[in-house]
Amino acid sequence: MNAIQTPLFGSVDEVVERLAAVGYLANTAVATTVYLADRLGKPLLVEGPAGVGKTELAKAVAEATNAGLVRLQCYEGIDEARALYEWNHAKQLLRITAGQGNESWDATRDDVFSEEFLLPRPLLTAIRRDEPTVLLIDEMDKADVEVEGLLLEVLSDYQVSIPEMGTVTATRKPFALLTSNSTRELSEALKRRCLFLHLDFPDADLERRIVLSRVPELTEKLTDALVRTVRVLRAMELRKAPSVAETIDWGRTLLALGMDTLDDDAVRTTLGVVLKHQSDQVKATAELHLN
Amino acid sequence: MTIIANEHGLPGHLVDFVAALRTHGVSVGPGETVDAAEVLGALDLLRREELREGLAAALLRRSGQREVFDSLFELYWPPALGAGSTEVHVPRVEREGADGEDAPPGPVDVDALREILAELLKNGDNEALRTLARAVVDALGQAGASGTGIRGSSAQPSWSAYQALRVISPETLLASIMDGLRQPDDSDFTDEMRRREIRDRIAQFRKMVTDEVRRRTAEQRGRDQVAKTAVPKQAEQVEFLSAYAEQLALLRRTVHPLARRLAARLAVRRKHAKRGTLDMRRTLRRSMSTGGVPMKPAYKTRRPGRPELVILCDVSGSVAGFSHFTLLLVQALREQFSKVRVFAFVEKTDEVTHLFDPGAELSGVMQRVLREADLTAFDGHSDYGNAFGSFAESWGEVITSKSSVLILGDGRTNYRDPNLAVLRRIIGVARHAHWLNPEPRRQWGSGDSAALRYADVIPMHECRTAGQLTDVVEALLPV
Repeated sequence: MNAIQTPLFGSVDEVVERLAAVGYLANTAVATTVYLADRLGKPLLVEGPAGVGKTELAKAVAEATNAGLVRLQCYEGIDEARALYEWNHAKQLLRITAGQGNESWDATRDDVFSEEFLLPRPLLTAIRRDEPTVLLIDEMDKADVEVEGLLLEVLSDYQVSIPEMGTVTATRKPFALLTSNSTRELSEALKRRCLFLHLDFPDADLERRIVLSRVPELTEKLTDALVRTVRVLRAMELRKAPSVAETIDWGRTLLALGMDTLDDDAVRTTLGVVLKHQSDQVKATAELHLN
Repeated sequence: MTIIANEHGLPGHLVDFVAALRTHGVSVGPGETVDAAEVLGALDLLRREELREGLAAALLRRSGQREVFDSLFELYWPPALGAGSTEVHVPRVEREGADGEDAPPGPVDVDALREILAELLKNGDNEALRTLARAVVDALGQAGASGTGIRGSSAQPSWSAYQALRVISPETLLASIMDGLRQPDDSDFTDEMRRREIRDRIAQFRKMVTDEVRRRTAEQRGRDQVAKTAVPKQAEQVEFLSAYAEQLALLRRTVHPLARRLAARLAVRRKHAKRGTLDMRRTLRRSMSTGGVPMKPAYKTRRPGRPELVILCDVSGSVAGFSHFTLLLVQALREQFSKVRVFAFVEKTDEVTHLFDPGAELSGVMQRVLREADLTAFDGHSDYGNAFGSFAESWGEVITSKSSVLILGDGRTNYRDPNLAVLRRIIGVARHAHWLNPEPRRQWGSGDSAALRYADVIPMHECRTAGQLTDVVEALLPV
C-alpha cells in the first residue's frame, strides 16, 4: 500500500474553504471528520435523518478534490456480483471455444481467469483506480447483513481477494464514505473500521446561508423567517421533521408564488411543502394557531 | 481545586476519558481508543470544537450517545479553569461599610441581572448568553444574591444549578419579553412562533447554567465524582419511573426509530426462519413416485402468525410514563399485529382503542384517556382486582384463543384484593399472556405490590428502560 500518499486537505479550515467553493457549506463537525478521514485513511460513516446532505457531502468532496466519484447504491438483495466483481462467463466460453484444438487446456484455463474476463463492480473499480477517487457507499442500511462482511476487507485493508487471480490491492487509497439512515443497526465490525459522523440539521445561521446559496433570489428577511419557522416546526414532536431540502423547496415555492413575507396565509397555504404527513399538518396548524 | 493533570500525560488522560465513557454505557474498544489517540495527533489541540468533533468521530458509534459524550467532554476537556476570563459584568449590590479596591464584590443584584438576561434572550445571542451563564454561576457562588437568603463565600464557594436557576427563574421572563416584542398588528401565528423561540432560548440558558455548574463542581470535588452522578443517561437507559418530563419527551422521539429497527430485525428473523421443518407426510407421499425412496424432501410452509393483541394498561399517575411509551411503541408496530385493542384501567377498565387509531395524533393521548374514559369509582387509586373483574365482565369475549394479552403496570394494588382467579381465567383463554412491570425486580412484592403473586400466574418481565422494553417486545413478537 502506498504509505506516502499525499493527503487531500492540509487543514480543517482548508476543508471548509474548498467545500464552500463547490457549494457545500460545512460546519465544524463535518469539516473535522472529513479532514480526519482523509488524514487517518479511514472510511467515514455518515448517519442522520433523510435530507440533511449525506450524499451531497460525498459529491462535494469529490468535486472539491477533483476526484472521480464511484458510487455503490445499496438495496435489499445486493450481492457480491453487484458490489465487487463478476466473471464474464459469455466471454470466457467464447475464448475456450476459440482456443479449442490449438492450445493445451492448462494454458486456456490460466487465460480465462485473467483481467480481461473480469467485470469490475464499484468496489473493485474504486480500488483499482490510479486517479484520486471518492468511493460512496450509499444507504448501507438497506443492504443485507451479509454484504457488510464483503465490505470489511475493502474498507480496512483497501484490497479485494479474488480466489482465481489473487489479491488486488489499492495503489491509491480511495476516500470512502458510507451513508446510513439507521433503519437498522450496522454491525459493530463495520462501525469499528469507520469514523462516525452524525449529521443533524444545521444550526440557524448555517441553514440560512445554505438556503441563500441555493436560492439566491430570496431576500434576507424572508430567508430568516423561513428558517425560524422550520426550526420551530422541528422542535415539535412530528412524525417527520422537515429537512434542509424541504426548507429550500419551501423557499422556491414562496418565490414561485410571488410571496415576499411569511405571514399566516402564506404558511397555511404552503405548509404541505414542508410537512408531508396529514397528521403533522393538523398538529402544526393547531399548535401555531393557524386556523 | 483538584489538579487535573494525569501522571501519564495526554494518553493517560485520554484513557481516563474513555473509561468514563464506558462507565456510562458507551462501549469503546481499545481499537477506538487508538483511533482517538491518532486524532489527537492529527488535530490542533488548541481548537476545542475540532477536538470535540474529532474525538466523537473516533469514539462514538451511535447518535444517541452524543449527549453523554458532550457532558463528559466538558468535564475532561474543560474550556477554562476557575472563573475563566469573562468580560460580562454581573450587577452587584453595594456592600455597606465596604469601600476601597480590595473589598470583595457585593451580592448579586437579581433584578438588574434579570433585565440583562431578558435583553440577551430577546436578541438570541448564544455566545453572550453562555458568557453570562458562566459569570452568573461564578458570582452567585462567590458572593450570593441579595434579598434571597443565598449567601456565597469566596473561601468555600458552592455551586448549585438549582439555586441559581431559582434565583434568576428565567421562565418568568417569558411574558415580559413577549410584551416587549409585541407589535400591534401581530397575528396569533407570529406570536406563537416568537413564544416558542424564546422558550427554546430559555431552555438553552438553563442548560448552559447546569453545564457550568457541573464544570465548576468538578474542579472543586474531583472530576470522577461528578462524572459518576451528574452526567445524563442515554435515552434508552433512562428508567421510566424516575424520568422527568424532558426525558419522557426525548423517549417519545425515539419511538419511531425504535419501532423501525424492531421491524427490520423481525424481517431478518422471518427471512432466516423461512426454511420450515420437514413435512413428513408430504415427503413420504412424494417418495411413492420414486419407489419409496425419498428423493425430494417436502418442507412445511410457514405462515407468519399475526396475533390479535389485547393490551390492558394501568394509567394511574405512578406508571403513566411507562404505559404511554409502551402504547406508543405498540402503536408504531401496528403492522405487526392484525388487530390491537387497548384497554386502560385505574379502578375500573374502559376501552380506549379509538384513541389509538392509525395516524391519530398521539402526543396528548394520555390526557385524553384520563379525561374521556370511565376509569375511577371511589378514590382514584389503582385497584387491579376490580379492574380485571370489570374487564372480564364487560369485554370477556374479546379474548379468544388467537389473542395475546399484554398487561402493563406495577402491580401495586393499594392492599386490595388482587383477584387472581379472574386473571387466571382471562389468560387461560388467551394464546399468550405477558406482564410488563416497570419496577426493578427487587421491589416486586414489597409494600402493597402484588407483583410476585401475579408473577406466579403470568410470566412477568422487568421493563425499566426503553432498552429492556425493546428486548422484551422483540422476544414476544411473532416470527
